[in-house]
Amino acid sequence: MSDATLRVEGVQKRFGDLEVLRGVDLLVDDHEVVCLIGASGSGKSTLLRCIDLLEPIDAGRILIEGVDVTAAGVDHNAVRRSIGIVFQSFNLFPHMSVRRNVTLAPRKVLGLSEADAGERADELLSRFGLQDKSEEFPDRLSGGQQQRVAIVRALAMRPQLLLLDEVTSALDPVLVAEVLDAIRELAGQGMTMVIATHEMGFARDIASRVCFLNDGAIVEQGEPDQIFTKPTQPETRVFLDRIIAAGRM
Amino acid sequence: MGDPGREVSVPKGTPGVDPRAPMPPGSRSPKLLGGGVDGRRSVWVAVLSTILFFAVAAILIVRSPGWSSDAGVRQQFFDAAEFRYSLPKILDKFWRNVFIFCVAEVLVLAFALLLAVMRSLPGAVFTPLRVLSNAYTILFRGLPTILVIAILGFGMPALQLQGLPNSDIFWAIIALVLVYSAYVAEVYRAGIESIHPSQAAAARSLGLTRGQAMRHVILPQAVRRVVPPLMNDFIGLQKDSALVAFLGLTEGLRQAQIITANDFNFTPYVALALVYVVITVPQVLFVDWLVKRDQNRRQSGGVA
Repeated sequence: MSDATLRVEGVQKRFGDLEVLRGVDLLVDDHEVVCLIGASGSGKSTLLRCIDLLEPIDAGRILIEGVDVTAAGVDHNAVRRSIGIVFQSFNLFPHMSVRRNVTLAPRKVLGLSEADAGERADELLSRFGLQDKSEEFPDRLSGGQQQRVAIVRALAMRPQLLLLDEVTSALDPVLVAEVLDAIRELAGQGMTMVIATHEMGFARDIASRVCFLNDGAIVEQGEPDQIFTKPTQPETRVFLDRIIAAGRM
Repeated sequence: MGDPGREVSVPKGTPGVDPRAPMPPGSRSPKLLGGGVDGRRSVWVAVLSTILFFAVAAILIVRSPGWSSDAGVRQQFFDAAEFRYSLPKILDKFWRNVFIFCVAEVLVLAFALLLAVMRSLPGAVFTPLRVLSNAYTILFRGLPTILVIAILGFGMPALQLQGLPNSDIFWAIIALVLVYSAYVAEVYRAGIESIHPSQAAAARSLGLTRGQAMRHVILPQAVRRVVPPLMNDFIGLQKDSALVAFLGLTEGLRQAQIITANDFNFTPYVALALVYVVITVPQVLFVDWLVKRDQNRRQSGGVA
């Protein structure tokens, strides 16, 4: 029996009085690309942060490759090692060159030598068209380049699962495409990904499955064509109508 | 942060002032040499008024009854022969101050960092360490430095503890380290807290431990940000190294006191003051330059 890469079961999360996740169930198989859509505040980002154990959950459990990582006594650092996350605001380390940004975790966490980590970084950087930026500092790069570096930084740990949290939301429209292309390439190579996004066209194009979140729960999920053309839930329809009215699809 | 839209409260009815009018960059504080709209003229006015001011002040001092009478201020404080005689002797002992504050600065850097990191440990388990660090910084920021020097300098050797040195210079350094670490720990802490939590999240998400994230991501950025206030504290420490004279240790100030007492002349104090000025003023100017550079960088949108 093969275990799902990610299994989320009845996860609840509250910040004070605010219930952000009200029992989320989600199954992601190997090589699947799952897109989370939904209005801001619906819980997409919180769900991703919970999966990466950056936020403790209040109820439910999260299993990676069949192992309950939310159980007591689990080494969170080891779990995070196998999951990559890319944030909306890049969060590159501003005091390090691009190359140092990418090699830091492989060197310090995986114990790779300077040379091995550097080789891994160079290979990834050139794959994403950043080979001539490796000695630059993040503030000298465009937003799109910074976000691609952030993706490379996450990939350098060779994660089993990559989480992308609205990675194009902070970018100029003209820079969005280069980042989306990078993600497309990853999907083509079979990277298992959970992607929170407002780019509906992209979601429809790339996702093996689309999940619509509303008010802290997954209201509807299915094949992208079904969700975008024949949504069954009234909340999904309202959301998609608003997106269309805003000219975003 | 550059906040050009900052609300400035102006009393109602003030004529001709729009509180939200954008200010030209760099005009927030008055310029040293005049400045303003008609630049050149105001520079001349500034130079003239400055010369005039100091000329009047000098005349007033020099013509005061106590300036050049027998045993007047000029002879008592500005005696050239006494200056030439005392300066080398003071410098000879001032090296002890240099030794004291150099050693103290290195120790302060390390001890204060320990305090600050202790203070920023998360979770319930570390509450005792957080409380300890907090109590320490509160206590030692509230104690006069000279008292700590006196209590440690006179008290510790008197305890005759085995294995601890009895030299007053040792305890003087310890006292300065204890007091200044409290200030510097607060400076470090401000730096650590100024780093956005998303940096720690990014580091932890890559699998780095809390300690590794602190060591490789948070601290390097935090320390860079607090260099100017850190240097200010060090200048204070250098000046306070003179308090060690209280223990009877013959350093710069004590030496000046001895010569003054022997020769019935205060010029050695002026000589020592000059030594301090020569050492500290370049550092003060350097700090000001650093602060200004950071300000300009932030205003031009770069990452500080």
